[in-house]
Amino acid sequence: MSETKSIMIVGVGGQGTLLASRILGSALMSYGHDVKLSEVHGMSQRGGSVVTYVKYGDKVYSPLVDRGEADYILSFERLEAARWLGWLKKGGELIVNDQRINPMPVITGAASYPDGILEKIKALGVNMVSADALSLALEAGSSKAVNVVLIGILASIMDLPEDVWMKAIEDNVKPRFVEMNKKAFALGYAKGKSRS
Amino acid sequence: MKQLLLGNAAVARGLYEAGCRFVSAYPGTPSTEISEQAALYDEIYAEWAPNEKVAMEAAIGAAFGGARSFCGMKHVGLNVAADPLFTASYTGVNAGMVICVADDPGMHSSQNEQDSRHYAEAAKLPMVEPSDSAECLEFTKTAYEISEQFDVPVILRSCTRVAHSQSLVELSDRVEHELKPFEKNPRKYVMMPGNAIGRHVVVEDRQARLREYAETTPLNRVEMGDTSVGFITSGTSYQYLREVFPNASILKLGMVYPLPVQLIKDFASKVGKLIVCEELDPFIENHCRAIGVRVDGGKDIFGLQGELSQSRIAERMGLSAKPSVEFGENVPARPPVLCPGCPHRGVFYALHKLGVTVFGDIGCYTLGALPPLGAVDTTVCMGASISGMHGFNTARGAESAKNTVSVIGDSTFAHSGITSLIDLVYNNGSSTAIILDNSITGMTGHQQNPTTGKTLKGDPAPAVNIEKLCEAIGVKHDNIRVCDPYALKEFEQIVREELAKPEPSVIIARRPCALLPEVKPLPPLVVDSDKCVGCKMCMRIGCPAISVTDGKAAIDPTLCVGCDLCIQMCRPGAIGKNQEV
Repeated sequence: MSETKSIMIVGVGGQGTLLASRILGSALMSYGHDVKLSEVHGMSQRGGSVVTYVKYGDKVYSPLVDRGEADYILSFERLEAARWLGWLKKGGELIVNDQRINPMPVITGAASYPDGILEKIKALGVNMVSADALSLALEAGSSKAVNVVLIGILASIMDLPEDVWMKAIEDNVKPRFVEMNKKAFALGYAKGKSRS
Repeated sequence: MKQLLLGNAAVARGLYEAGCRFVSAYPGTPSTEISEQAALYDEIYAEWAPNEKVAMEAAIGAAFGGARSFCGMKHVGLNVAADPLFTASYTGVNAGMVICVADDPGMHSSQNEQDSRHYAEAAKLPMVEPSDSAECLEFTKTAYEISEQFDVPVILRSCTRVAHSQSLVELSDRVEHELKPFEKNPRKYVMMPGNAIGRHVVVEDRQARLREYAETTPLNRVEMGDTSVGFITSGTSYQYLREVFPNASILKLGMVYPLPVQLIKDFASKVGKLIVCEELDPFIENHCRAIGVRVDGGKDIFGLQGELSQSRIAERMGLSAKPSVEFGENVPARPPVLCPGCPHRGVFYALHKLGVTVFGDIGCYTLGALPPLGAVDTTVCMGASISGMHGFNTARGAESAKNTVSVIGDSTFAHSGITSLIDLVYNNGSSTAIILDNSITGMTGHQQNPTTGKTLKGDPAPAVNIEKLCEAIGVKHDNIRVCDPYALKEFEQIVREELAKPEPSVIIARRPCALLPEVKPLPPLVVDSDKCVGCKMCMRIGCPAISVTDGKAAIDPTLCVGCDLCIQMCRPGAIGKNQEV
C-alpha cells in the first residue's frame, strides 16, 4: 500500500489557488489515486491568506494537511511561503512564486514585510524552487495563468505522465483558455526541469 | 462512474438521484453550492428564497404537495428557520423532506460556532451526518427514505470540511418519484392547539420508533480493531481519527439523532477505554453519560472550541508532533480585505472620516470593521444593523441618531432588513440606514437575490425596487437618497444631510460589485512619483493595490481596476490614468 501524500497550495485570495487544486486533483484521480481536496470559500477568499489541501494515495482519510505533513507546498507568494513553511514535511519540496503582495497590516504600516524571505528559507536547508511565475504567465498570455505555471513546476518534480496533466487542464479550464494554459504549464515545467 | 465531487455537489447529486423536485435556500457559507449545483439539474426546480425561514416554509409546502423537497442553509440560517422547523416536526411531511444545515467549526466564515445538533434534539427530528462526499450522496438518499418511512423532515448535518472538501463519489441514475396526492387532513396539517396536542402524541411515538431505527441502521457502523481503546465519533472527526489510529476500534455514528443506546452499550462493553471524539459540544458524550456508559475521555481531551484535525487529535492523545522547519520570524497576518474597486470602500472611508457610530451587518462589508477603514462598530446577525441602530438611538436619545448609521447589503436587506426598517419607521425613529446595493449577494460568491432581477436558474425575474419599498414602508420620498459610492464627496454630503434630519432616512449607495463579470475593469492607475509628496492619504482607503515604498506611493497594475477613489484622495494630483500622467 502506497503512503498517502500531501500537497498544500497557499497564496492570497484571488490568485487562482482553487483552479490549481482542481487541476491537481483531477490529474491525480485520473492516474488512479484516491484523492481528497479541501478548499476555502467565503470570507477568507477576499484577499486573505488562503490554503487548499490535496491528498492522494491508495486510501485517503483526512482531507486536511497539518504541520510537518506536506510533501509539497506550492506557494503563490513569498510571505505565504514563510507562513506555511512549518507545514512542510522534513525533506519535502517547496515551490515559490517570487512575488510580493503586501498584506493590509504592511500597507497600513502596522507590520513590516520580512526581508530576504527566500534566502532565509534556503538557509534553513529546505528543498526549494523559486520562479517568477508572473513573468512566465505573462509570457504565456495572461497574468491569471500564474497558477498553471506553478502546477507546471510541480509536475516537473512529480512522477505523473504528461498526458494526464494535459487532460486535467482541458477538463478544468474554459476551452478558449486551454492553449494559453498549456503554454503556461510548459513554461513552468521547463523552469522546474532546468534547476535539477 | 467515479467522480471527484465537492461535498456540497455530492449532496446535490444525492438530491438528483433521490428524485428531489424542489429546492429552496438562502446562500450561506459553507452550504451555498448545494443549491447552485442542484439548479444545474433540469429535473429539479431550485430557487433562492429571501431567507432561510421562507426557504424552509416553501420546502415544507412542496413536501405537503407531494414532491420530495429540500432546503439548505448554514448553521445560523437554521436559527432564522427555527420557527417552521419545530412545527414541521409536528405536521410531518407527505413526500420526503430533507433540510441541510452546515456548521462551521473554526468559524472560517461565520459569526458564531454553534453546534446545530442541538436543533435535532430540541425539535425532535432525525439527523444524519456524513463524513465525506460519498456519504453526502448516500446519506441524502437515505434521509429521504427515513423522511417518508417516519413522516418527518430529516436534517442532514454537514460542516465546512465535509461541505468544502472534494472526494470520490460513485454516481447512479435518478429514481423518479411521482407527485403524491395531497389529501386534506387538518388534524395533521393545521397546527392549532387542539390538533397540535394530538400531533405531539404522534411525535413522541415517532421518537420511540426512531430510537429503535437508530439501533440497527447501517448509517451507524462498528469497526472493530485494537480493543484496548474504543472511539465513538461521527462526521469529519471519523476521518481524522482513522488517519491517526488505522487499527483502532471505532463506532462511527452516521445518525447523530436519535442516538442508539444498546449499540453504544455493546460497543463500550467490548473495549477497554471509551473515548468520544466530536467537535464542538459534548452531544454524543452527554448521551453516553445519560445512558450510564462510562466515558474515559471526551471534551476533557478535545475541548469545546474550534475544529479537530489529525494532528490535534494525535497531540491530545499524547502522540508526538511531526518534525517541521519553522521560518522563525514574525510573519505579518494577512486578513481578508475589501477587493480593489469594491464599492463599499468609499462608504467606509467617509463614515470613518465622519466619526459616526456604525451598526454593521453580515456580508463582505463586515470587512469595513478592519483597519485602516475601521468603520464598523457592531455586527450581530443578518438584519441586525437597522433594528440594532434603532434600539441604540432610542436608548441614547435624539443626539445619538445624528451620529449613528447602519449599513446593510441589498441581499441582507431583502433577507431580514425590511422588517427592521419597518420597526424604525413605524416607531417614529429618526435614524439613517445605508443600503449598500452592489446588485448581488457578494460574500458567498455572487448569488442572485430578489433585488437583482434574476433567479437562481438565471431566468429574468421581477426585481424588488428598494426605493419604492422604502417609500411604501413610510420613509419620506425626500429622505430616500440614491448615490454612487465612488463619488466620495457627494456621498459624504448626503450622509451629513440625512443625519441632520429628525426623520428616518435611507441612503442607497448603488454600484455593482467590482468582481461581477459584467463590470469591466478600467486600465490601472499610475502614480507620478515627481508629484507624489508621500503624504499617504491614498493609504487611508485600505486598497490592497496601493503601497508606499521609499516615501512614494505605487499602484500594483495587476490588482488595480481603475476605480479612481485614490485619485479623489490625492491632493497633489499625483495619481492619474496612464496617458494623463
